[in-house]
Amino acid sequence: MASRLPDTRALPTDLLWNLTLREMRSRFKRSTLGWLWSVINPLASIAIYTLVFGVFLDVVPPVGDPSGLHVYGFFLVCGLLPWTYLTNALNGATSSIVVNEGLVKKVYFPRSVLPAASTLAWLAGFGVELAVLGIVLLAAGNMVLPWIPLVLLLMVLQTGFVLGLGLFLSAANAYFRDVQHFLAILLNIWFYATPILYPPETIPKEFKFLGVTIPLRELLLTLNPMAVFVDAYRAVLYDLTWPTLNQWAAMLGVSAVTLALGAAGFRRLEPRLAEEL
Amino acid sequence: MPSPPAIVVDDVAKRFRLVHERNTTLKATIFSGFRRSVHEEFWALKGVSFEVQEGTTYGLIGHNGSGKSTLLKCMARIYKPDRGEIRTRGRVSALLELGAGFHPELSGRENVYLNASILGLSKREVDRRFDDIVDFAGLEHFIDTPVKNYSSGMFVRLGFSVAITVEPDVLLVDEILAVGDEAFQQRCMEKFADLRRSGRTIVLVSHGLDSVRNICDRAAWLDHGDLVKEGETHDVVTAYLESVRDDRRAREHEAGSLVTPEEATGNWHIGGVRVVDDTGRDVDVVRSGDKVTIRVELEAPRDEEVALAIGLYRVDGVHIAGPVHRFRTRGPGLRTVDYTVPHMVLANGTYDVSTRLLDDHLQRTHAVRRRAARIDVSSDQQADIGGVVSLGGTWSVSDEGYPA
Repeated sequence: MASRLPDTRALPTDLLWNLTLREMRSRFKRSTLGWLWSVINPLASIAIYTLVFGVFLDVVPPVGDPSGLHVYGFFLVCGLLPWTYLTNALNGATSSIVVNEGLVKKVYFPRSVLPAASTLAWLAGFGVELAVLGIVLLAAGNMVLPWIPLVLLLMVLQTGFVLGLGLFLSAANAYFRDVQHFLAILLNIWFYATPILYPPETIPKEFKFLGVTIPLRELLLTLNPMAVFVDAYRAVLYDLTWPTLNQWAAMLGVSAVTLALGAAGFRRLEPRLAEEL
Repeated sequence: MPSPPAIVVDDVAKRFRLVHERNTTLKATIFSGFRRSVHEEFWALKGVSFEVQEGTTYGLIGHNGSGKSTLLKCMARIYKPDRGEIRTRGRVSALLELGAGFHPELSGRENVYLNASILGLSKREVDRRFDDIVDFAGLEHFIDTPVKNYSSGMFVRLGFSVAITVEPDVLLVDEILAVGDEAFQQRCMEKFADLRRSGRTIVLVSHGLDSVRNICDRAAWLDHGDLVKEGETHDVVTAYLESVRDDRRAREHEAGSLVTPEEATGNWHIGGVRVVDDTGRDVDVVRSGDKVTIRVELEAPRDEEVALAIGLYRVDGVHIAGPVHRFRTRGPGLRTVDYTVPHMVLANGTYDVSTRLLDDHLQRTHAVRRRAARIDVSSDQQADIGGVVSLGGTWSVSDEGYPA
């Protein structure tokens, strides 16, 4: 008989790490191209959007200031990658508890590691995509290397925001399965409401509705956290400049508040998860 | 000095919603005015309290729906009690489902690390035990194969192997001892014995009263969420069995005795099957060593050589004995056939009697009556521990010592 263990539960970081690995390993298992898919998928959407919006509709991107970059494709990708990270991570987190029903009902462990692991796995994919983008940008003459620390910081802040939403959605989805369907519609609307395909300046400044003047652009840009994140990523990668202080404050606030609220919501729903599944 | 309790169950109550029209869709919720669902509340546990001492093996018994599995899940922290609390000391591990969380596409090796970390082991601890885990499961050659290619036996073996390696201070087990082949079961039982010897606390939920009686020190009997009796295993199991017997008798009385219908051909019939004593009275409980007679009434349509077979089964289906008797019916009419056992050798337990009437070549069945009667055997003094038969042997211990 082996000697007695010290009575400590392993840190959930081990568990979190292993579950994240499981997510990543199983995502592209049995596909011949494997990990390449995590690059091919964004490339495909970039190609489609560039063709439709950059060529057919001829959307004119702003000129990077001070980088001088003036390519719709780059303008698009700098906003599209953070967006696909958001959608993938939210979809993944939302279904994470329902998908792992067998585990939740049979073993005790802190359930929050499920949405967290799913989010981290997508974060890793996002990192790979950004790395590829960085190389292409370098080749195009945009010196992004000094800006890497800021990109990492943006990733951390966005992950706080995404994880906060994901925590709440994952638990809510165990109670109401339509959360995941509802989310699909919401993400679609959100996508077009965020200046990803078009420059923010294209949004009409004011919009008259039933005689009331609504400051549409300001409304869409300030009330939508993703608009701020997208703008910040573009500032760093496309323009090669610092996001404004206001933007930093907004992102930090949104990230912290969402994470806190999401965690609190999750904690409230957590005790009955096993029986609601 | 009594050891401190490893588990304290303090007035634990657990409520479930019995959902009639479950609103898992928003639409349904909106239309029912945001009431979550039409449901009935149902208390699976209604305030249960007891303690499990450290280093003991504890059984939870009761029929389906008694709340024993719910209680186990509360101990495992999968369910949160609605009232009361459960305090446990040390590392708790639950064997509720083996290989829960195995990912089919990942290799056995990857799954071992994953599963162990779910059960609370750190990577370093797994590194140290990895070879033992694989060795115990007997999967050296397959450890790098995706587990979806495993047979169900291999899957479960690996699951058990990982779960047991956690070396918990408190192990919670729910009816999983019947896994794998004989050899593996044997090793599982040895592992449990090891754990008990090394002072771990085990809580076992089981329908198999034999296993409870054999390995548990104490037991609790739950019925519809209430704790009916708690104490020494022997007392609790005996009380439980008595209540089951009473219930069954009441039911049989209502239904007019025989449970399974007869299957018969060509006017052959098996009538009543009774278990009687010397004086011809029905007996409810047979004592080990007593004389007992199984009395079968049958109806024959003609004169013919026939064979009557009696099948004696333990309630879990183990075939114990199959005496056959050939005789001549000597014309149409009713016959009574007695099979007398001079000394009942069966061990404590419940046994079913099935009967079959065949032609004398044992080829064609004339009539069958399965589970026609039951025999409850009890031995007063505990002359045997476990097993199917009580051989009734004699013991002697010599007075003389061995020469040095």
